[in-house]
Amino acid sequence: MSDSSDENDSQYVLYRDRPEWKNVTPLKQDDADEPVVAIDYTEAFVDCFDYFRAILKNKEISERALELTQTAAHLNPANYTVWQYRRDILKGLDKDLNEELDYIETVILKQTKNYQVWHHRKVIVEWLKDPSKEKYLTEAVLTKDAKNYHAWQHRQWVIKTFKLFDGELDYVDCLITDDVRNNSAWNQRYFIINNTTGFTEEVLKREIDYTLLHIKIVTENESAWNYLRGLLLHAKEGLSKNKRVSDFCEELYASGNRSPFLLAVIVDMCCEVASDGAGDTRYTVERAKELCGELMTKYDKVRANYWQHMIETMDNVGKKGTEDEGSSVN
Amino acid sequence: MSLDLKLRPIVDIRKCKFNTENFPTKSSDEQICVEQAVQKKYEDLHIKLKVHPSLPELLKEHHKNFLYNSITYLSSGYECLDSSRPWLCYWILHSLSLLGVQLDNRKKKSVVKFLSKCQNEDGGYGGGPGQLSHLAATYAAVNSLVILGTEEALASINRQKLQDFLFRIRQVDGSFSMHVGGEVDIRGAYCALSVASLTGILVPKLLDGTAEWIVSCQTYEGGFAGFPGMEAHGGYAFCGLAALVILNKGHLIDEQALLRWLVNRQMRLEGGFQGRTNKLVDGCYSFWQGGAFPLLYTLLSRDGKFPPNHIFEERALQEYLLVCCQSPAGGLLDKPGKNRDIYHTCYTLSGLSVAQHYRGISILGSKRNAVMPTHSLYNITPDLARKALLYFSSLGLPNKGTSDT
Ligand SMILES: [Zn+2]
Repeated sequence: MSDSSDENDSQYVLYRDRPEWKNVTPLKQDDADEPVVAIDYTEAFVDCFDYFRAILKNKEISERALELTQTAAHLNPANYTVWQYRRDILKGLDKDLNEELDYIETVILKQTKNYQVWHHRKVIVEWLKDPSKEKYLTEAVLTKDAKNYHAWQHRQWVIKTFKLFDGELDYVDCLITDDVRNNSAWNQRYFIINNTTGFTEEVLKREIDYTLLHIKIVTENESAWNYLRGLLLHAKEGLSKNKRVSDFCEELYASGNRSPFLLAVIVDMCCEVASDGAGDTRYTVERAKELCGELMTKYDKVRANYWQHMIETMDNVGKKGTEDEGSSVN
Repeated sequence: MSLDLKLRPIVDIRKCKFNTENFPTKSSDEQICVEQAVQKKYEDLHIKLKVHPSLPELLKEHHKNFLYNSITYLSSGYECLDSSRPWLCYWILHSLSLLGVQLDNRKKKSVVKFLSKCQNEDGGYGGGPGQLSHLAATYAAVNSLVILGTEEALASINRQKLQDFLFRIRQVDGSFSMHVGGEVDIRGAYCALSVASLTGILVPKLLDGTAEWIVSCQTYEGGFAGFPGMEAHGGYAFCGLAALVILNKGHLIDEQALLRWLVNRQMRLEGGFQGRTNKLVDGCYSFWQGGAFPLLYTLLSRDGKFPPNHIFEERALQEYLLVCCQSPAGGLLDKPGKNRDIYHTCYTLSGLSVAQHYRGISILGSKRNAVMPTHSLYNITPDLARKALLYFSSLGLPNKGTSDT
């Protein structure tokens, strides 16, 4: 629900009282006779949209139409028809798109969780082929809400389209330092690497070190554990045979740590070794089942049904054993 | 099979508090704040239980009244949803049908009429009369008409033109934009596939590359993002999974990773679901995350064996919904301290339905708390979905579609 309290509410003049709109006949909304989800619109809302419908019908391309779309977008920023029409007008009048960028920036900063305003921004940037202000804008939004999905999506688009990866890893590192539980930042880290160096052996080693360092600080941080799993998707040797990781996990476990994410990773390591048929003797189906049992009854009770399901899946794999090499656990 | 579920013991809930490991951050501060508000709700309940042993109770009558009034009139606070009026219809109609309420014929007729005013020449539906066609509005309108279920409602959909509209917003890579000139994300794929499969206008040409595009939205965490590269997110995960199940291409994803990501979205203390890793609980994810489970079961059981029980904690979810998400005046909400709204009313009740119905019915509290089951792909009650599927399939493909295939 938008803040309808205009700074200049007292001076607001309805369109029907504006001399420059005298030659336009407002067009009522064509609602059904009987009210259905009929919103009790304010007077200003009805007035503005009656004129909006009128000019939309005539496809009027003019300065006053452009001004009207601004009011309409202010009253309902989610009205995609308004934004689409505004873009037609901007094109038709050959307007200075840099001005439009400034305008949409102020709208976005007030309406950070709205599909339409971000999409409008994206189209204008595409038209201008100028991404120079986008990192700054998204950072302004992310400073207040570091997980804003729209801001991240816009940022990823800009970075990928215009190849602006430089400095992004540092930015992400700042955010992770700021809040190690910021999952959007971890996701962005993955995005950058995936689109630049890729997960080469060297990068993997660096990233695994980075992640383990952060897990050490907060062992129940799912974001870091998930990122670790993401990294190991690219490791040829899989989850269980990366000595750096398995030693880290065993050490943590031996120290008495029972983070559910640690136990879950060990379970998967066990399953992986079991389905490969050979490997590290620390990892057996028996150990996996035992850990699932502990997770179920003690460390991760809310997921008891899941851990039960995992045990049953392992039993089925065990039963099939010789006749079917297929595993459904990894 | 019918099962009465018991509340989690309050002493257990108290042990579920978030562990900051002496390293508080903004995320953990916010989490602890919500946990305190939620725990207070649970503590209060356990005190009240001594006098009212039938608690927690689903306030059906209050919700019905709230919804029934809203189908006709809404306050000016809903101006921000003036481009989502078919959504408002769907949220209300579906909520009412979950509560077992049928609209009278006159009201049904007026809703059909209204939605017809939203239907455009190009075959799509706009967010209101005179607004451009939008794929989400189209999804909501079609679902609403299916819920109304009358011949008049179903026949009011122009299937030939609807198919044209879907072709118009289809992108070369198989994704869909939300409107002509609009944004592209995974909602588009789901909405397009949902309406096309329901109304029987799905043709192979419409779907070329769509499954692969959706699969590219599965992230390293296991869930789906709205767009390739982005973070896994509950609403988008449902869209991706449901779309793939409609396409019969569920095997293309990493099912185990999705399952792990999904189960981990359920909050230890709260019992409800969060939308993303390390974010806060929100009642609407009861459906977006919870509703993904039945779909996933169909993938996990390709050899015919379904999991015997829900793989998430269905009683903790019901507890969260009944204790923390109900407005005493009717309507439901995101989390304690938030206002009720129609969107959250729809998806909390839908999530409650998923939690209650799986191979039988398991209800927390009195049997009167039961709501109707819901179809896991379309989120409308299964009888209405079946009726529509039958109705439209009897009509055959629109002409153009046949020549295209
Ligand atoms: Zn919500």
